[in-house]
Amino acid sequence: MESNISSRNNGFPAGLRVLVVDDDQVWLKVLERMLIKCSYEVTTCCLAREALEVLRKKKDGFDIVISDVNMPDMDGFKLLELVGLEMNLPVIMMSVDGETSRVMKGVQHGACDYLLKPVRMKELQNIWQHVFRKKINKPKNGDGHESNDDMEKARNGLDDLEDWYLINGGDLNPSKKRKDNENHEYDNQDNSDPSVAKKARVVWSVELHKKFLDALNQIGFDSKVGPKKILDLMNVPWLTRENVASHLQKYRLYLSRLQKQNEPKTSFCSTRQSEITSKDSPKSFDLHDSMMKQQNQTASCSFRYSSKEVLIQDMAPEILEDNSMFSFSPSTKCTKVLNSDISYPLKSTCGSRSGITNSFISPAIDGNFTPFQSQKQSRGEETSMLQFIRQPKEDQDMQRHGYLPLPSQQSHVQADSSLYASSDNHGIYIRESDKLHSSTIQSVCVEYKSSCVNNEHLTASHTDLFSIEASEDTSSPKDFVDQTTTNVSSNMEDFSLDEHLEVRQFHPIQDYTCTENFRLDDIEVFDFPGMDLVAELPSHSDYSYDLLDYPVKDQGLFIA
Amino acid sequence: MGSNQLKTQLATMRDALFKQGYLDEQFIQLEELQDDANPNFVEEVVTLFFRDSVRLINSVEQALEKTPPEFDKLDKYMHQFKGSSSSIGAAKVKSETSLFREYCKQGNAEGCVRTFQQVKKEYTTLRKKLETYFQMARQAGPGESASRPKLRFQVYPVVGVLASVFLTSFKLYKSTLSEQNNASSYVLFLLMSVSIMCEV
Repeated sequence: MESNISSRNNGFPAGLRVLVVDDDQVWLKVLERMLIKCSYEVTTCCLAREALEVLRKKKDGFDIVISDVNMPDMDGFKLLELVGLEMNLPVIMMSVDGETSRVMKGVQHGACDYLLKPVRMKELQNIWQHVFRKKINKPKNGDGHESNDDMEKARNGLDDLEDWYLINGGDLNPSKKRKDNENHEYDNQDNSDPSVAKKARVVWSVELHKKFLDALNQIGFDSKVGPKKILDLMNVPWLTRENVASHLQKYRLYLSRLQKQNEPKTSFCSTRQSEITSKDSPKSFDLHDSMMKQQNQTASCSFRYSSKEVLIQDMAPEILEDNSMFSFSPSTKCTKVLNSDISYPLKSTCGSRSGITNSFISPAIDGNFTPFQSQKQSRGEETSMLQFIRQPKEDQDMQRHGYLPLPSQQSHVQADSSLYASSDNHGIYIRESDKLHSSTIQSVCVEYKSSCVNNEHLTASHTDLFSIEASEDTSSPKDFVDQTTTNVSSNMEDFSLDEHLEVRQFHPIQDYTCTENFRLDDIEVFDFPGMDLVAELPSHSDYSYDLLDYPVKDQGLFIA
Repeated sequence: MGSNQLKTQLATMRDALFKQGYLDEQFIQLEELQDDANPNFVEEVVTLFFRDSVRLINSVEQALEKTPPEFDKLDKYMHQFKGSSSSIGAAKVKSETSLFREYCKQGNAEGCVRTFQQVKKEYTTLRKKLETYFQMARQAGPGESASRPKLRFQVYPVVGVLASVFLTSFKLYKSTLSEQNNASSYVLFLLMSVSIMCEV
């Protein structure tokens, strides 16, 4: 058959290895002939078990399986499942019965297609599309981990994108939730399609994650943590570098998000963070951990309060290394910035819950966060920032906390704060601030690449601190933020951070990545990386009341 | 020509089978699958069908004899039978099996028995008709019904050969004319023309 030969030389569809399973000999003969005419390589089986044997013997020996639904020895659907699971091949079902329920069942069991008998040759000519589709969707069939990582990375990337550019707060939640869900396990989202064969995905169980965190802790947040190092430390044989890398990224993002969430909280809850104060920088980890635990481990304010000056900087790595699940990646960068003079004006008046706004402000300020160099200031700023963030809420005693717009950015902050203040609703604030925040952050980042992040973090942490203080009443048990804020609060007390900032309403200063945090959801958990910052703040007793300088101005803006 | 007549007859019969609803589109699909490498594909498939389905029919008959009849089994058999008959495009048989299955679902034993008789009747009728059809097809010549163009293909080279022979013979004739060898060349010429005519 000249035509066959020539078409075989053509391209992809030709030479497709098809396995046909049907108990009807007549159909086997007909299908075989048809498929040969399509220039495919055909193997026929009349028994399902025989087909499975053939498939198992020759792994990767076939590209696609066509099977009849009704077979004497095994149900076609069962075969379909097995083939999909074991070999991850596309399976096409056939039957003379075209009832919708049957077709649906086929699809449910994972069939790529459901053909009605009598099958036309035209229908068989197109089956290669299923093979191709499967190939492009799951590039690496063999290595489940790899593909898992690929997908995770894709998802991470998407989440990041969303965090960064999401302006509409409404969209943030889903992604946030998704992220939160994914914090513990990866295979949440991708396996929505039951027909897709379950590939071995790296499931980040609690133990695995704990190992991960231990490794992170060991490495320390000082230097930029690399997945390779973590992988080595974790000493899990089957884990690959890519797994760790993607998990790390997720972790960082989570931390950053938490940080943002917690920022307002932390600032307010500083009073309650006596414990936190006890934990000095060296113990930032612990602080985090404890806080984390308090907060259901949801927040990953892995701000380690290192004794180092650079709070934020440490925070970032701390966050990463913390046992929290989320890595506050942005924070890693901005340590420097945070350390700069954080002239977070603490505005007591700005007790509004929109600590978020504070957070926003801080990020906004981040750009100009050059003065953030001094730790002390930064601390103060943090707290003030937190306060700031809280302010938007009218009732919040943001005033105490003061907004922490960086001095240089005061105006900027003000602008932001006004935005924030405009809405009573935290959520709204948050969103707005988010927008600003994100935009400012972005702009800031442009200027200060690393510092941007730092700023954010710092602000986040500040806000957390503040929020924590403020939310004394709210007393979220898991307020890790509270802990962190205690440190801050101790400083903040001067600012009489007794207001009840409804911490929940604080949307932690988000990193740009976690705009969603700004939702006015109940932010019980302010696992802000900033917590660490807060913890450290106490160590710097000089809380920069300078921060308060700003607050005055800004508070007015913030106060809704 | 005999073969021509046969071919015409074959075509008529085929049309009748389609018109009367014994065969449907699937049969044409089978015909399309037939080619030089598989010249008797359709016949092979049909033969296989009739051989396989005998088993099924026997099973159904046995199941029907039981009282009460096992409708699940019957339904299963008929489902199989329906699938088989669809493979060759046996339209009437297929529709009867669907009817049978309806009665099965209703639990109508009598309806099942009645319908099955119909199934068997259609089955045997089709079998006879197709047997005749294929006999005729074999007699008519290879690849007649579905591959007329191929016939022409085969003819062309033959015609070409004949033409060349004719021309050479004519030339010879001409030459022989000069040599006064009329008879031989003329005979040669006649032979050529006759052969050509025969071929056509």
